[in-house]
Amino acid sequence: MRAFITAVYLFLYAPIALVVLLSFNAGRNASDFTGFSTAWYGKALSNTFLMQALENSLMVAFISAGLAAIYGTMAAMGLERLGKRGRMLFDGLLAAAIVVPGVVIGIATLVALVQLFALLNPIVAALWPTDSPPQFGFGYGSIIAAHGLFSMALVTMIVRARIATLGRDIVEASADLYATPFNTFRLIVLPQIFPAILSGFLLAFTFSFDDFIIAFFVCGSKTTLPIYIFASVRRGVTPEINAIATLVLTASLLLILLSRFLMRDRPSPVPSE
Amino acid sequence: MAMTIATRKRLVTALLIGPSAAWLSLFLVLPFIAILVFSVGERAPEGGYQAAFTFAQFMNLPARATAFWNTMILAPVGAFFCLLVAYPTAYYLAIKAPARYRMLLVSLVVVPFWTSLLVRTYAWIFILGARGLPNLLALIGLPDVRLLNTPGAVLLGIVYGYLPLMIMPIYVSLEKLDCRLLEASADLGASPVRSFFNVTLPLSLPGVATGVALVTILLLGEYLIPQLLGGGKVFFIGNALVDLFLQSRNWPYGSAIAVTLVSVVVLIITLAMRLAWRFAGTRQVDLV
Repeated sequence: MRAFITAVYLFLYAPIALVVLLSFNAGRNASDFTGFSTAWYGKALSNTFLMQALENSLMVAFISAGLAAIYGTMAAMGLERLGKRGRMLFDGLLAAAIVVPGVVIGIATLVALVQLFALLNPIVAALWPTDSPPQFGFGYGSIIAAHGLFSMALVTMIVRARIATLGRDIVEASADLYATPFNTFRLIVLPQIFPAILSGFLLAFTFSFDDFIIAFFVCGSKTTLPIYIFASVRRGVTPEINAIATLVLTASLLLILLSRFLMRDRPSPVPSE
Repeated sequence: MAMTIATRKRLVTALLIGPSAAWLSLFLVLPFIAILVFSVGERAPEGGYQAAFTFAQFMNLPARATAFWNTMILAPVGAFFCLLVAYPTAYYLAIKAPARYRMLLVSLVVVPFWTSLLVRTYAWIFILGARGLPNLLALIGLPDVRLLNTPGAVLLGIVYGYLPLMIMPIYVSLEKLDCRLLEASADLGASPVRSFFNVTLPLSLPGVATGVALVTILLLGEYLIPQLLGGGKVFFIGNALVDLFLQSRNWPYGSAIAVTLVSVVVLIITLAMRLAWRFAGTRQVDLV
């Protein structure tokens, strides 16, 4: 049993360790280790295409997860007040947003937006007062929209699970003491569901940051980090890619630690029973 | 400001639900309607879409039968191999692991899942590529072993990528297991092996079912693993879809494949939920 478990952990971590090790390779071939060097980190950090891709990924993940945290929390609050049929429909759509394969979400969004843009652009052009009307197209907006979909579903589900554990009596007590609904939310509900919102945000951020397949279809001329890495892997992996991958692995690790820290059970400041 | 409480309440609900409902309609429902419409259309001569109402695209599905079969076989087989590795691991974590290290060991299983699947998969290109394991095998007298770009490599990548996702639900179901049941079983004279097969295994089946269903469903839409480790020789439906949409630009045919894929996913989820219901109905054991 011991040997088997050791083998499983080795299996899980050996490939990751290999990427980290090869990122410190002095030679230019990614798969032969010829000496220790941090030169590739410098190369990676001064590669403008790579840094642009990283910046795009961070921005898209931040905005889509941020919007999702707001809309998802609102939806989780609103669903409580919705009728049974409306709630079932909404639940079905949320589940679909998560289980429909990313590749299908990607192509469906591509197909729909191509049609939508073809419809909207002439209308905008006709109505625009000057000769250079804005054009809708694929780019940051479409990636954020597509990532926002699964992000919102994730946040809604996590926040709802948290709301379900809250005692209703405390909300009622707050109302009895003449707090307005908004103040009850701000002072009573929000502090208790905040860890769930934040961990939903972090989860959505990680998913968006790691997503390749959806962005691949709807990115237009913009490049995200996974798309850049994918293209480089096809040309042959360089130590530069290993260096950036190591940085990304480290960053994800920090994010996980942060979210685990936030999600751990702690006594709530206000007893819920 | 004559607004009844009921109206006001409904307005607030609408405001809360509004943004996410709009998002779901615009970026989930509308896209799905779009591929449904495209799937009964025709390919325009220059690529893209031409309005029509025909089932020709669906009739033509057998043209991509290889991708379908690869997916339909390798997804469940991959999930099964995953299960073979995951079950003993989850069992160890839930029952055998020393309590002091349990949380650390569980976290170590979860961490890889939150790191980029792309990076974790391309690492295997080094290991399975000609300069990796085959190089070492040649040293011990097994020259010319090809590992990369084979179904085996894809299976390995699948087990590697989805192992954490399989371990977690099984771990959760085993962790809830009441140890008193095992003691009772031993007291009644059952051997440890018999206790395992008659008590532990049946009680962990919901976790196993969740893990297998989850991994299989995600694998049905997999693209990266077959692309990187199958090298275009072992391709899934996901790879066929990328080809049809971005290279050969046959959107109506691609839409028909996507609609079929979603139908299969929905079918599997429905079956899995039926099974789960049945388990829940017959295996209820409450001690307290």
